[in-house]
Amino acid sequence: MKLRDLTELAARNLREAVLRNSLTTLGIAVGVASLVAMLSLGVGLQELASTRLSRSGLFDAVFVTTQANMRAFGGPPRPQSSTAQPSRKLNDDARRQLAQIKNVVEVYPEVRFPTEVQFEGKPYMTTVAGIPASARGDGAFDEMKGSFFSGPEANEAILQIEFARDLTKQTDSLIGKELVLRYAEKEPLPADDAAGKSSSGHSSVADDASSSGGFSLVPREMKLRIIGVVETEPATGFGGFGRGRLLIPLQIAQNLRIAQPTDMREMLRGNTGKPSYESLTVRVSSPKAVQGVEDAIKGMGFGTFSILDATKNLRLFFTVFDLLLGIFGSLALTVASLGIINTLVMAILERRREIGILKALGAADRDVRRLFFAEAGAMGLLGGVLGVGIGWLIGRALTFGTNVYLQRQELPPIDLSSIPWWMVVGAIAFSFFVSLAAGMYPASRAARLNPVEALRYE
Amino acid sequence: MTETSNGFAMRTERVSRQYAMGEALVHAVDDVSIAVQPGEFVALLGSSGSGKSTLLNLLAGLDRPTSGAIYAHEQNLAEMSSQELAHHRSHTVGMVFQAFNLLPRMTLEENVELPLRLAEVDRAERPARVREAVERVSLAARLTHRPSELSGGEQQRAALARALVNRPTILLADEPTGNLDSVTGDAIMHLLQEINRTLRMTIVMVTHDKVRAARYAHRIITMRDGKLVTEGAADEIA
Repeated sequence: MKLRDLTELAARNLREAVLRNSLTTLGIAVGVASLVAMLSLGVGLQELASTRLSRSGLFDAVFVTTQANMRAFGGPPRPQSSTAQPSRKLNDDARRQLAQIKNVVEVYPEVRFPTEVQFEGKPYMTTVAGIPASARGDGAFDEMKGSFFSGPEANEAILQIEFARDLTKQTDSLIGKELVLRYAEKEPLPADDAAGKSSSGHSSVADDASSSGGFSLVPREMKLRIIGVVETEPATGFGGFGRGRLLIPLQIAQNLRIAQPTDMREMLRGNTGKPSYESLTVRVSSPKAVQGVEDAIKGMGFGTFSILDATKNLRLFFTVFDLLLGIFGSLALTVASLGIINTLVMAILERRREIGILKALGAADRDVRRLFFAEAGAMGLLGGVLGVGIGWLIGRALTFGTNVYLQRQELPPIDLSSIPWWMVVGAIAFSFFVSLAAGMYPASRAARLNPVEALRYE
Repeated sequence: MTETSNGFAMRTERVSRQYAMGEALVHAVDDVSIAVQPGEFVALLGSSGSGKSTLLNLLAGLDRPTSGAIYAHEQNLAEMSSQELAHHRSHTVGMVFQAFNLLPRMTLEENVELPLRLAEVDRAERPARVREAVERVSLAARLTHRPSELSGGEQQRAALARALVNRPTILLADEPTGNLDSVTGDAIMHLLQEINRTLRMTIVMVTHDKVRAARYAHRIITMRDGKLVTEGAADEIA
């Protein structure tokens, strides 16, 4: 029998027992819907996690330190062969070199220091962090109140919400107000002073200061205008989670020449010459390029750290998570496929005589088998399409419910479920093939019916 | 495949069909050899349980013999695959039954078209073939009617149209008048006779009606307990 005739006959048979076949198809649809809803939840949560994390600025960043500092952070000991070489300094030369590596977007130091802030006459202790201009695209600033820095050297500040709450309960009212940053600036000593001689009177520049190896600490103040309040603290450097509570433009932070705890260590080590950084953050064009950049930096003799391994673990977790959700979803489809078997076996009993007539008129076993297959496949296909629709609705309903709850908690809305095109195609195909598999036994039973006995059946 | 060159439309050679009924073995057809000439109208006569319907099913390729050979146009049905038997049922023979066996949810037109679908006849050719078949049985006006809307005689004529639509060479009829009153039954028998005469179609008809068999058939084969009892010209047997 030709495909068109087969399809027409199958469609006619399905229409004839419309209630039973509709219920069976609905059973499949519910099975597919549960599968799709479960998987869409898994994929949605995965997308939510990866979007949030990738936009946190951690996944496209490589944190660079000197080998010596890497050991201090618990890094692996350096091989014996290289211990003879002095640890390479992370200075401006190195910074320029790092910036030239392929796929590197920006290289910046971590500037973070504890200091005192005065607001409306009251002192507050807090931690200040320098934020690079490229951090504007980070997810952390998406939901901020106010605006991002107007320029790289603007005397502006963004407050982390916890710190803003320390200042006032009405955090929104802070925007536009001023606060005073009080800090200790490193002021270089002239070379003569450092040597214990009388000053020659000429003013020295920053780089010259290091050549003398000494500096004095001068208290300074700077007025900053509050322009925003941010909920999440953006990642700004190596191990820099949850520490910066007052954010200022990186360039401003660098210009302050804040005295850092490491200055003393560097001075004691006698590291005179160009100033070096504790660590640098290398921002890479995409998370995919991180591994290559990290290898190149290691090749230059620096220690590196990235969250790439963490993402791999995250992917593994979600793969297992999806698998478990898929298994639970498939259980419903298994029950549905039993429904198909039941419907078709019942159909054989009901249509026994019809099968006999078809065979008497020249239908081959193959024709009868294909007819039952076509009916099972049609129910599977229809159930699959319907199931994807219902699954999508369930996902939307879950997202809606979650967002109502989140809104009550004053949290931003999220997209809880996601149905990518491969899931639509996959679910329909899966439903189709599961239905065919379920139809296999009834179809072969129908095909093997003895026509003489079938014709005798009343 | 074994071939004979006797020019028979159908022929059986010591054909037997046995069934197991519990521990007992039933010889439904027992060592029967018959031969039907092309264009011949043969009546298989016998009482209930004589084995005549079983023999007809064997000739139709609906059942397989336990032993012996059945030749249709010199091809042995006993050696055919199930696919080849389906082809035989579709192209070589047409069947009518006592219970008409029309599909109740299909219209007359759809019922008659069904064998054409199974035989993969071109869609464009089908309407003309259906019309030709229903016109032969004078049912052209009832094409859109369902079997339940037709009388018994009309249903049997529809079944006859369905049996003829694939233009078989042999028509096998199993008690075609069994469910009809005598007048309608006679009309069906006239139709069979006309088909036999005009189309030169070979007809093998199972019946227990000796009078009708004698009136319409060329030859009567009588069976009892699965065995062939008598065989001869209709007027001789009658």
